[in-house]
Amino acid sequence: MGAEAILRVDGLSMYFPVYRGVLRKKVGEIKAVDEVSFDIAKGETLGLVGESGCGKSTTGRAILKLYDPTAGRIELQGKDITDLEGDALREIRTDMQMIFQDPQACLNPRMTVGSIIAEPLDEHTRLKKRQKRERVRELLNAVGMNPDFENRYPHEFSGGQRQRIGIARALALEPKFIVCDEPIAALDVSIQAQVVNLLEDLQKEHDLTYLFISHDLSMVRHIADRIAVMYLGRLVELAPRQQLYTMPRHPYTKALLSAVPEPDPAREAVRERIILKGDVPSPANPPSGCNFSTRCPIAEEKCRRETPAWREMDGGRFVACHMVQ
Amino acid sequence: MSDIVVEEMPEHRSLWGDVWSQFRTHKGALVGTLVFLFIVLVVVFGPYFHTIDPQFLDIRNKNLSPSWEHPMGTDNLGRDTLAQVMAGGRVSLLVGVVAMLLSLVVGAAIGVLAGYFKKLDGPLMRLTDLFLALPLLPLLLVIIMLFRDTLRSAFGPETGIFILIVFVIGITSWMQTARIVRGDVLTIKEQEFVVAAHSIGTPSRRIISRHILPNVLSPIMVSATLGIANAIITESALSFLGLGFPSDFPTWGRLLYDGANFMQLTPARVIWPGLAISLTVLSVNYMGDGLRDALDPRIRGR
Repeated sequence: MGAEAILRVDGLSMYFPVYRGVLRKKVGEIKAVDEVSFDIAKGETLGLVGESGCGKSTTGRAILKLYDPTAGRIELQGKDITDLEGDALREIRTDMQMIFQDPQACLNPRMTVGSIIAEPLDEHTRLKKRQKRERVRELLNAVGMNPDFENRYPHEFSGGQRQRIGIARALALEPKFIVCDEPIAALDVSIQAQVVNLLEDLQKEHDLTYLFISHDLSMVRHIADRIAVMYLGRLVELAPRQQLYTMPRHPYTKALLSAVPEPDPAREAVRERIILKGDVPSPANPPSGCNFSTRCPIAEEKCRRETPAWREMDGGRFVACHMVQ
Repeated sequence: MSDIVVEEMPEHRSLWGDVWSQFRTHKGALVGTLVFLFIVLVVVFGPYFHTIDPQFLDIRNKNLSPSWEHPMGTDNLGRDTLAQVMAGGRVSLLVGVVAMLLSLVVGAAIGVLAGYFKKLDGPLMRLTDLFLALPLLPLLLVIIMLFRDTLRSAFGPETGIFILIVFVIGITSWMQTARIVRGDVLTIKEQEFVVAAHSIGTPSRRIISRHILPNVLSPIMVSATLGIANAIITESALSFLGLGFPSDFPTWGRLLYDGANFMQLTPARVIWPGLAISLTVLSVNYMGDGLRDALDPRIRGR
């Protein structure tokens, strides 16, 4: 991590309280995100992978301050934004934006495409009507759409086009950092490639930094520079792409990667799958010690007692496992 | 089947232009609008052409059937029914529209606030329950007893009672709207486009006005159109109980109730006010239907 970090997340935790009973007594909490720490360097793409419900999206949203984190520290461009509120928070939002998973739901069906993309401009700039329209048309052009579509409504577009509109909106304020929350999960495969390529082009052009949340390992391999793997609210491994895919260290990462099918039939035939037993424990009641210890093929007594520390290994790799030396 | 014609001029399409062109394709709405406009025009300008005073007693010409001089006949005191229907329409329509607007504003505001702000949800919804549980008629009796004379002396007999009736009807009919709107707001505020607006940094008041309100327009529209009908009918009931406008002051509901006793002798006295109420309610419902469709871009242009 030689380059300066644009985003630094330190011990970020997001617990959701669980209330029960007539008196709405707090009976526990869901540890959606638990002590997550990582840096993202300027211009880099950090992939965040994990299975459904492991807290990927919550991490992304907590970083953007869409939730109030329970604990931890978020630093954007060296500035602590964890406790910002009101106008100060609004101001910082111009530097960080989000691209959403569901292109159907992320655009207001009652607004024209033009006014959807212009919303960030309305909120943060004092452009004249004419300049605003020019900017909107420019943005539509930048994401590969006909600028004349500005008068149309979201329902008139396909999923891929709608995702482009969402990207144009995220770009409107020229942010430095964008959280892509599974931006391709709801698209079909041919469109996925287009959108990912568009994201890459835009990154080069505008010097963007991405946190790319996905469960599609092959897509993350394509776009991300470094990859973080999450399990049950905790990071288990973070490594540069090449290292992670060729030599995963954490048993969960190994199992996860072994599930990726090989395009080559000869290699596919000899692919060894590590099949995990059991289900993911509930985040309301995580196991003691290592979160993964209930399903880990190599777990020992120590794993069930002590939570493994988030350790830095050689080559910029981080692992949270007692068994990895 | 949308024909893909690239607009030659990248001119901004105006929202209300779109709404109007969609509204025109809804035949019921168009007919409804015409009927409603017709009723309003007759009620407003009719008395200038049919110049008989609705209060003028002509005891020798009582209980007449329709004739050229009295197109809707006369009542048991010899008052001209057409003049009374037109005079009554002014009051009834005004009460209906204003009371509807009042209940709509209160209902929508409470619904949106309760749905959007979690802290307000409990108190506001319990308030709604409270109002729903209140026995309406005793409440009306008490309110009118308490405030009738004060308002009358402050604003004059007619305006005073008008304010009172509109207020009473408005304040006792917003609860359904509030509940429906709250339910819709609860689902809409969890949608990603609202999260997107948050991440842009749009403040709550503009999220409500830009994203929430336009998307709860349909239920508001429906309760608005039903509200007019409801208000006209409630006003009739109040007048019947002697709590509404003074007995010599015609409204549609009043005429209907007064005429009910003479139904066999002069059926015109119930038919015309009844028809006026039904037509108004029906036309407003159709208008609301068309407007709701026209305001939804997903239906528009289909």
